[in-house]
Amino acid sequence: MSYLRIDHVDKIFASGARTTKVLEAVDLAVEKGQFVTIIGHSGCGKSTLLNIVAGLVSASAGGVVLENRQVDTPGPDRAVVFQNHSLLPWLSVYDNVRLGVDKVFAGKKSRAERHDWTMRNLELVQMTHAKDKRPSEISGGMKQRVGIARALAMEPKVLLLDEPFGALDALTRAHLQDRVMELHRTLGNTVMMITHDVDEAVLLSDRIVMMTNGPRATIGETLDVALPRPRDRVALSADPLYLECRRRVLQFLYERHHYVEAA
Amino acid sequence: MQRVAIGFGLASVAGVLLGVIVGQSRWAMRGLDPLFQILRTVPPLAWLPISLAAFRDSYPSAIFVIFITSIWPIIINTAVGVRNIPQDYRNVAAVLRLNQFEFFWKIMIPSAAPYIFTGLRIGVGLSWLAIVAAEMLTGGVGIGFFIWDAWNSSRLSDIFVALAYIGVTGFVLDRIVAAIGSIATRGAQAS
Ligand SMILES: Nc1ncnc2c1ncn2[C@@H]1O[C@H](COP(=O)(O)OP(=O)(O)OP(=O)(O)O)[C@@H](O)[C@H]1O
Ligand SMILES: [Mg+2]
Repeated sequence: MSYLRIDHVDKIFASGARTTKVLEAVDLAVEKGQFVTIIGHSGCGKSTLLNIVAGLVSASAGGVVLENRQVDTPGPDRAVVFQNHSLLPWLSVYDNVRLGVDKVFAGKKSRAERHDWTMRNLELVQMTHAKDKRPSEISGGMKQRVGIARALAMEPKVLLLDEPFGALDALTRAHLQDRVMELHRTLGNTVMMITHDVDEAVLLSDRIVMMTNGPRATIGETLDVALPRPRDRVALSADPLYLECRRRVLQFLYERHHYVEAA
Repeated sequence: MQRVAIGFGLASVAGVLLGVIVGQSRWAMRGLDPLFQILRTVPPLAWLPISLAAFRDSYPSAIFVIFITSIWPIIINTAVGVRNIPQDYRNVAAVLRLNQFEFFWKIMIPSAAPYIFTGLRIGVGLSWLAIVAAEMLTGGVGIGFFIWDAWNSSRLSDIFVALAYIGVTGFVLDRIVAAIGSIATRGAQAS
């Protein structure tokens, strides 16, 4: 039995009399500790799928099973890093992380332990220097790092990332990808991440899930990336296996399921 | 002055609570909003006879008039603020499994604070208007009565002094609420 299972999920959105079937029969099994990325064209339903796993959106049919238990409400065992960071602007960096720590570890850790745990997670993303700043006072990349720290601090069973680096410049992006790979290697989390970026998918994943175009999007193909870890982006850029994986994803996205502008 | 503080204080608490309830539920919003819009336009002094009849004393009546005049903008602005809480913050709260009480204090109030303070600022101005007018009618005490009294005894210069005093006090009240607001909502604007 796999760790996380998405079982025949359909999602239908109804607005007034019109209904759209966004997802159809999405089936996916993820093993513990695996890093899975979901890639697909804009609007195909990637965020919807991630939100169903998070419990923020309910499936119209089918369900999500985590460690043999069905999950259909949100919870800290499936922490989300949102695309637009969504830190609370009235709280400092420290308090944003601490809010989650206090809630998740209430009664399990003492006050001092919760403080230490908050600081430890800020250290993991190298943000202790700005712990008293407000989100509006730090850069976009830093905000994403705090968002990641907030999610990691909840000790989630599955970490969900919705295009976490989408809004960042290439250099910051590369740096954060390296951080995430390192965190995944040391902490061994199960991760599900959405991306638009083929290189990012191949570099980070154990498995790439490619989605067909919507409406009625589903999983078109999955690809196992058997590259050894730790991975180095420069060395990989000439690795034949890396290039082959990259080619397969590109072929899927641009030859077989090329983007069609919605009518 | 004390009456303004009591009436306005009560209106703030009641207004924020009612606003939260109205803002939370689409149903309450639809049903109650027209009622608020109608009641909001009733001039402060129109409440005075009802209030005098109910309390039979000018002191609690004045408080009631202040309360009833200043509560509407507070309710309406709070409700709008609560309705405008970004979905992102609601999602964060959902993932953390915040309960209603935690959601109220940790998400709703800070997120809606700029709106709430706009409502409070309008409210404090209205309550100052209301008290001066009410005092002119009920008589006996206060700056409103002072003006009326000066008019009756033809002390025109006193009236100007009193007007200046009212203006300045109203201005100061507004600034106090605005200052508290800008401290309390420091950083609350999304970046
Ligand atoms: N609440 C909703 N009501 C109705 N339709 C919705 C709703 N949320 C999403 N959709 C529709 O579902 C489809 C998939 O949306 P989704 O946000 O999951 O796409 P996505 O793959 O994440 O896109 P992107 O890559 O641009 O983030 C879109 O066509 C969108 O219009
Ligand atoms: Mg999306």
